[in-house]
Amino acid sequence: MLTRRVIPCLDVKDGVVVKGVRFQGLRAAGDPAERAAAYEAQGADELVVLDVSATPEGRGHAVDVVRAVRRVLSIPLTVGGGVRAASHVQALLEAGADKVSVNTAAVAEPGLIDAMAGRFGSQCTVVAIDAAGRVSGGGWQVVVRSGRERVELDAVAWARECVARGAGELLLTSWDRDGTRSGYDLELLKVVAAAVPVPVIASGGAAGPEHLAEALAAGASAVLAASIFHDGEHTIEEVKVHLRRRGFEVRR
Amino acid sequence: MIRTGVANLASVLAGLARAGAEASLVASAEEVERASHVLLPGVGSFAPGMAALREAGLCEALRARIAAGRPTLAICLGLQMLADGSEEAPGIAGLGVMRGVARRFSNGVTVPQLGWNLVEGGGLIEAGYAYFANSYRIVEAPDGWTPAWTDHGGLFCAALQRGAVLACQFHPELSGPWGLGLLGRWLRTEAAC
Repeated sequence: MLTRRVIPCLDVKDGVVVKGVRFQGLRAAGDPAERAAAYEAQGADELVVLDVSATPEGRGHAVDVVRAVRRVLSIPLTVGGGVRAASHVQALLEAGADKVSVNTAAVAEPGLIDAMAGRFGSQCTVVAIDAAGRVSGGGWQVVVRSGRERVELDAVAWARECVARGAGELLLTSWDRDGTRSGYDLELLKVVAAAVPVPVIASGGAAGPEHLAEALAAGASAVLAASIFHDGEHTIEEVKVHLRRRGFEVRR
Repeated sequence: MIRTGVANLASVLAGLARAGAEASLVASAEEVERASHVLLPGVGSFAPGMAALREAGLCEALRARIAAGRPTLAICLGLQMLADGSEEAPGIAGLGVMRGVARRFSNGVTVPQLGWNLVEGGGLIEAGYAYFANSYRIVEAPDGWTPAWTDHGGLFCAALQRGAVLACQFHPELSGPWGLGLLGRWLRTEAAC
């Protein structure tokens, strides 16, 4: 049986790991390769590296960080942030990524998803969706540019479209919860996980092991967290013990 | 290691380096014939993968070394390309060194299968968790090959082995210490007499 995954996320800015509340007010937390090796040793199932500064500043992608992390990592690595073209994807794969996530650029040009899946395969094509509850009325809308811009796009409809275009995995971040430590947006997770056949990674809002268990119960295939691991409050091992106790199958 | 153009080359090379191997990228039939060990990586889809092998003129060289039982490791799509074909690309012939056609996962499981799944031991494979990233798989073990099984909406071949020829549906290079151990054991295999 396929196990559920626990995925630490390294938000990287200028080559340094950072984590901020609602993507702004970033604070430093170490060297990416060092953190990556420590997480693998703790039992991380995968690692995500997001270049959080890439989109606003228009910088390139984090090829150097990927190279350094790959040298020490023997688990899968997903890389995102500022990816705008298939040529960027190629460069990241050559540097040591196994999957590449796109976000803002896919919203602006959805054909990018088809291009990635066609050339590199669906298993390599991750779409990161940042969703926020609508100010009035129900449902969620997509936000882009690291949360700076709300677009008139229904998050659930967008999730379906991404999969129809070839996305093999969705990294679903609740913009309302990210950095708030109030738990994942379980309603959003339930609706999106039920709407698509591909794995959904829950992101945004985790403060402890029980939040991760709730997300898995809501239908997430994997749970992503950053600050709870960076701060050393919880190790991945400890989180997995909790998830097993809650009845979820996780890798030993 | 055969350069197919779309694989996660750096991850595989890093894995081989950690397992103690000196690897280089090859793209000619002569190099495929000469190498003691050949690795056929696999990320991408079936039709472009086979097209890359045909265009580089590698199909015969691969068939010959597999028939001779020389150390060869095929990963993920690489395993599927050893078969007769795949539902992913009807009408496109695989290398045909093992009978069978790769079929898409069904029975309501998540597709692609992305993540760690338990592999039963067999041959070079020890029981343990391996990392998979696939939408297609071989369900029946081809004659002459030793299977290692995994369950995702029903059993499928996680790996198939015949002597020093090993085909893995999972990614040993992404399967942590368990995967590195397997890479090491395959690197120590020698051609069957």
